[in-house]
Amino acid sequence: MKTVANLAMVLLLSVALIAGCGSSSAQKDSGDSGSSLESKEAGKLITVGFSQLGAESDWRSANTISMQSAFVPEEGYNLIYKNGQQKQVNQITAIRTFIQQEVDYIVLAPVTESGWDSVLGEARDAGIPVILVDRRVDVADKTLYSCWVGSDFELEGRKMAAWIDSYTKRIGLDASELHIVNIQGTIGSTAQIGRTRGLANAARENGWDLMAEVSGDFTETKGREVMAGLLKRFDNINIVYCENDNEAIGAIDAIEAAGKKVGSNIRKGEIMVVSFDGVNKEALDYAKEGKISCIAECNPLHGPRVRALVDMLVEGETPDKFNYVDERLFSSIPDVTEVKVDGVSYPVQGIDE
Amino acid sequence: MKKTSEKSSIFTKLNDTSLLLIITIVIFFAMYIGAIIFQGGGFTKPQMLFNILNANAALIITSVGLSIVMITGGIDISVGGVVALVSMCCAVYLDKMGGSIIGSIFIALGIGLLYGLVQGFLVAYLDIQPFIVSLAGMFFARGMTTIVNTAPFNVENAEFVALKDTRIIVPGMGSYTRKGIYVPAYVEIGVIVALVIVLLLFVVLRWTKLGRSFYAVGGNKQSALMLGINVKRTKFLSHLICSVLAGIAGYVYFLHVGSGSASHAMGMEMNAIASSIIGGTMLTGGVGNLIGTLFGVLSLCTIQTIVASAGLDDAWWTGITIAAMLCIFLIIQSVVMVQKQKALKG
Repeated sequence: MKTVANLAMVLLLSVALIAGCGSSSAQKDSGDSGSSLESKEAGKLITVGFSQLGAESDWRSANTISMQSAFVPEEGYNLIYKNGQQKQVNQITAIRTFIQQEVDYIVLAPVTESGWDSVLGEARDAGIPVILVDRRVDVADKTLYSCWVGSDFELEGRKMAAWIDSYTKRIGLDASELHIVNIQGTIGSTAQIGRTRGLANAARENGWDLMAEVSGDFTETKGREVMAGLLKRFDNINIVYCENDNEAIGAIDAIEAAGKKVGSNIRKGEIMVVSFDGVNKEALDYAKEGKISCIAECNPLHGPRVRALVDMLVEGETPDKFNYVDERLFSSIPDVTEVKVDGVSYPVQGIDE
Repeated sequence: MKKTSEKSSIFTKLNDTSLLLIITIVIFFAMYIGAIIFQGGGFTKPQMLFNILNANAALIITSVGLSIVMITGGIDISVGGVVALVSMCCAVYLDKMGGSIIGSIFIALGIGLLYGLVQGFLVAYLDIQPFIVSLAGMFFARGMTTIVNTAPFNVENAEFVALKDTRIIVPGMGSYTRKGIYVPAYVEIGVIVALVIVLLLFVVLRWTKLGRSFYAVGGNKQSALMLGINVKRTKFLSHLICSVLAGIAGYVYFLHVGSGSASHAMGMEMNAIASSIIGGTMLTGGVGNLIGTLFGVLSLCTIQTIVASAGLDDAWWTGITIAAMLCIFLIIQSVVMVQKQKALKG
């Protein structure tokens, strides 16, 4: 008897749950739900759901902070930030929650390229525009997202190659005298592909000696390991192209440990290190000291740009599909003041502060 | 005066399992209604609850398995690893070896069965601590997952993707978007699987000899032996059921995420243990209810959703709220049990 009574109770409660959901949703449909003060206030704000892929690097943290400081309540925005912890399933869950919460816009920094079709379709059905940040998605229907904001990694690589070209010409080195090694990023990442291509194409066009391409996985430890190995294999390396700052810090460590000197004076036997990102404080200090000769910035500050796009969408305008952020070149060497890629010139800035 | 005596009679009439179950259900409803009142928005829509179910169907299944093991006084921390291993193996089989759906389901069940046989044997017949056995099992599963394939990848197999995107419409629960489009509410296949498993095993635990022997073994091994229950066999079966359920959960998880990755289901065993405890299962054994476990999972995931919706999203906040919730539940449980003991004595 007792067990039957218990079971009945459970069933009753389950029914109550379903009924509760049903009735409250009916209430919502029938009229204005904004009865509480909070939701009235929120009604004035533009709510943006931001699904960030994780917090794996300095760059990513800077990217998140930029978004958080661009969308503040004082400016009329309410940002709901959700960290995906490097997992697509977490990001999909986050987007579904955003849809149920009826946010006005969704900003997505996807962890992978594939597997987004169905959830972005749900967002579109709900009438919520999606803005992509940093990495792209590979969906059959390109109208599933409004636009994309991010870096042009190949351009970064080409700018760096152009800088190497102008600088080495200025100090009177012949193209055949350049012996370059590339410490690549995580193989398959968009940044690695673009930066590697930028250098490889330039090396072929200019006739540089690109001796090796080895992955350092974007980390300091691997950068040190890989560089130590390369120094044992080759004794004529004079330029090290690191695909991010952390690798460069590791590589410099390895070069100094091998008793060689890091610097831009290649003619005197110094090994020149160049790198990417420009977010890491230590790397910027190295650049000031001249240990890193040039840094191509990978701008993580997407916040203001994304906010501008949201404002355009609010006004009913259609923004460009692909939006590249402005990125600079930093160098403490005053010899090269600008580089040219495809006829467009990019200034080289000194390292201030 | 009369009132208190009435209250204590209800108190004493219920057995421990039912009492804890009611506490769990009441707390879940209190929390959900609280979320509707204070956060409004999404929580008023049924789809919010369905999304919680969709995302956590696998957790429900693993938690049910864990509850059964915990009722017999054991523990199994390998379930998260098994889920990851199953999804990776199925992903590789479907995507890189051109396998079929049926084949992948057999792989999932096979891995679960194998795990259950080995772990159950070691625990029940060789009398090794279940914690140690399943710790080894967890390391093995995590290691194997990486050996099968290191890099995470999405499965592109068309048949599978169609199955993954299959939605079971729940009639009358949809809602209108601001564009005025009616979007029906839906659950994924995994949710149906999970609910069927909960109901089925609930019945087994309540009304079969095997089910009752789980409680007897967990409650008091000596008495169970004297009652003529085969304690070893019961323990073995509890581990077998738990691991097979982990295999099924692995497939359900795989069906939800559609990818293989070594980092899948990280910490799922811990969430399953937490859900079981919140659901009124006692680590000491002998007490627990699978409906409670279901509500345990729902409570855990609802609080996570509340935390996330409140914008407090960072990994640590989720962890802290789960910790706080476990703590509150354990205190309530022990207070209620102490009160009951008092009422029984007085």
